[in-house]
Amino acid sequence: MYDIIIIGAGVSGAAAARELSRYQAKICVLEKEEDVCCGTSKANSAIVHAGYDAAAGSLKAKLNVRGNELMGRLSEELDFPFQRIGSLVLCFQEADLPKLQALYQRGIENGVPKLRILDREETLRLEPNLSEDTFASLYAPTAGIVCPFELNLALAENAYANGTKFQFHTEVQSIERLEKGYLLHTSRGELRTRYVVNAAGLYGDEIHNMVSQKKLKLTARRGEYCLLDKTAGTHVRRTIFPLPDKMGKGILVTPTVHGNLLLGPTAVNTEDKEGVNTTLEGLALVSERAARSVKNLPVRQVITSFAGLRAHEEGDDFIIEEVSDAKGFFDCIGIESPGIASCPAIGERVAALLQKEMDLKKKDHFISARKGRLNPNALSFAERNALIRKQPAYGNIICRCEMISEGEILEAVRRPLGAKSLDGVKRRTRSGMGRCQGGFCSPKVMEILAREQQTGLQEITKSGGSSKLLAGTNKDAF
Amino acid sequence: MKNYDIVIIGGGPAGLAAAISARESKIESILILERDRELGGILNQCIHNGFGLHTFQEELTGPEYADRFICQVEEKNIAYKLNTIVLDITSEKVITAMNREEGLFQTQAKAVILAMGCRERPRGALNIPGYRPAGIYSAGTAQRLVNMEGCLPGREVVILGSGDIGLIMARRLTLEGAKVQAVAELMPYSGGLKRNIVQCLNDYDIPLKLSHTVIDIQGKKRVEGVTLAAVDAQGKPIPGTEEHYACDTLLLSVGLIPENELSRGMGVELNSVTSGPKVDESLETSLEGVFACGNVLHVHDLVDFVSAESAAAGRNAAAYVKGELPGRASVKKLFLRHGEGVRYTVPETICPERMDEELTVRFRVSRVYQSCYISAYFDHERIRHKKRQIMAPGEMEDIKLTKEELLKYPDRKQITIMIEEG
Repeated sequence: MYDIIIIGAGVSGAAAARELSRYQAKICVLEKEEDVCCGTSKANSAIVHAGYDAAAGSLKAKLNVRGNELMGRLSEELDFPFQRIGSLVLCFQEADLPKLQALYQRGIENGVPKLRILDREETLRLEPNLSEDTFASLYAPTAGIVCPFELNLALAENAYANGTKFQFHTEVQSIERLEKGYLLHTSRGELRTRYVVNAAGLYGDEIHNMVSQKKLKLTARRGEYCLLDKTAGTHVRRTIFPLPDKMGKGILVTPTVHGNLLLGPTAVNTEDKEGVNTTLEGLALVSERAARSVKNLPVRQVITSFAGLRAHEEGDDFIIEEVSDAKGFFDCIGIESPGIASCPAIGERVAALLQKEMDLKKKDHFISARKGRLNPNALSFAERNALIRKQPAYGNIICRCEMISEGEILEAVRRPLGAKSLDGVKRRTRSGMGRCQGGFCSPKVMEILAREQQTGLQEITKSGGSSKLLAGTNKDAF
Repeated sequence: MKNYDIVIIGGGPAGLAAAISARESKIESILILERDRELGGILNQCIHNGFGLHTFQEELTGPEYADRFICQVEEKNIAYKLNTIVLDITSEKVITAMNREEGLFQTQAKAVILAMGCRERPRGALNIPGYRPAGIYSAGTAQRLVNMEGCLPGREVVILGSGDIGLIMARRLTLEGAKVQAVAELMPYSGGLKRNIVQCLNDYDIPLKLSHTVIDIQGKKRVEGVTLAAVDAQGKPIPGTEEHYACDTLLLSVGLIPENELSRGMGVELNSVTSGPKVDESLETSLEGVFACGNVLHVHDLVDFVSAESAAAGRNAAAYVKGELPGRASVKKLFLRHGEGVRYTVPETICPERMDEELTVRFRVSRVYQSCYISAYFDHERIRHKKRQIMAPGEMEDIKLTKEELLKYPDRKQITIMIEEG
């Protein structure tokens, strides 16, 4: 019997888990995939928006501004990459200036600090590679970029360190209401809990509808992206947006915390909640629209493209509340952009709701800090040599594009909530994320995983489940 | 910090040949730095035969070919370090490297030979749409899994790109028990050697679909199928020509990229067509005392030519160390221009006074040519006119120039290589 079960180990679920782990409660996070950060949280723009986009008074506006404010300290506490690089919304003609001003006004109402409207010259001085058509811009110095994998993982690891259980490969299939609490039927058996937090991302509507008569529907809204090599990483220094439209914030151009350049996303609704495929049209649109904002984009430097799905709710706002006809069942759904920016505040809000409801007491020894994995590149020559003498695996480079050593991969596998697959290693260490996209390192990482899991190469997967990388051995068909 | 006369970055075919010829040119202090667990580079996974026809007049497998060079390196006691990654080279030729035993260390070289080879273009570089499941491999990665680990990456295979590794892997996978359904090629001609089309596809009834590409990849966890479509002259898919192939694997053999991150880092100027360093007749890059050879310089089809080119780089580096290579500033420089039908030339400049008696200029043509001539003009005068029955971008061409003829006219400035109709 748990006190709280959180469904979903994306950023929302992990942030809720981390904040709830401050209290004396028995908590378990259920995740249908093999790892944290497998859905919307892993494929998005990774932007910590300033907070001027969402309608004044909306939960999105409130949590975005609060989340942005919290992100700096959180990134220090939990040791994940976050850079407050600022953002610019561009306007290309005088006629659109009122739209920019409206955005500015909304930002002021939402409480976004330091917003300024810049004229063409000021804008181009900040970013010389912007389009010649630039007329003016809205500058938000508080906007930032984050590593979404590391953010998600840091929250989850810290929750784990504070006693939260994580159960992977566990899909909730139906929920029964008990006199006190709920009985969850999962792909791995039954679980009882007094309270439920529904942070199931795109499936949040289905989980909600298992307990409530007030049906909800989430729409998967696909966004396609192109990632450019690090040689293009400084083409712009800030996140560059066009003016937003009704489908979202438009196609942005931004540096990433790892020094690549990211273009995207498109916004197309799809019926398929696993429909993370890219399309000819989508990728073409990304390049075309990105080139409207930024000139001379080195699109030949694309090293990969990908798509993510936003969980869009018709009311166009986050839903974070107790379900009115299901006592003790809390929704945390409709978390689309600015979800990454808001997640520290989402965690805070979920925890506050449950604390009040359950009258939770604080733990005496909450561990607030988490140390990230060792980054040998941050060490001095002498420190790195001392490390290699103690642990020679740090002297053995596996991924030559990103210069990731065996030591770093071993740590990623051996840590609590460690990597189990090629993608798990990639998200944690960046091995395979460079310009050759795993061409050289994949077989080596597979070997390390097989050794660590004491299994054969044949069992190693790309991303868990049926994603096996090999089909068999030579001539086994004869 | 240890000092060496010549440090060679990479112990593949290029690095090995360069080391041997530098030693034969009486350089004692040589170090090869190799990032993999053994010398020989990519040859170690090329277990098919066909190597060495030019160099040894016999057909060897990749490992056998490499072994001939490795044996010489051992016999000549040339120093090398394995499992050693080079992190950085400064323009002053200070090399920072790392391995398990020594940790990080630095060496100072008088001359550096860049011989890092190349890597395969990944899917992302082509922006192929679709899902990103398991079962998408570059041909070289699949080759390593099959030939070195004994693992079969898939059973029903479609290959995109008709580069040589893709063709070789079509045959290899067939022999290991997989079914290769088709090889699709974006261009109207193959990117590989003619002999590989015959021996790897035709002999096994594997269809080669020219002017076709992959426009979709299906399967959420593992590849379940791909969609091919014909493309127009601009390479754009033609609606209505889509064909679906049910398969569990997609191999990509869509080009090789010289791996010049270290070169760029030290300030070596690169050629935008080859993605390799700009070099002169001595294979010396824009940085004095820094030489380049093999696939890091430009992608070759035949390792035999890599060996020949790299031997020259080794000789020239040795001459540089011994002070026998005249400084570039002190001698006359000719420009090599690539004219009609020629995509690039290696080298790009020639100092006749620094060259050997004969110099091989290597280049690729920009499309398929039949019954045409390779011509070389020394300013206005045509000095070569060589008939070729067939030329294709997939097969490297060369032309030889002599020191004597280039020294004959001190006023002339430029050599142009071009393709001319009969």
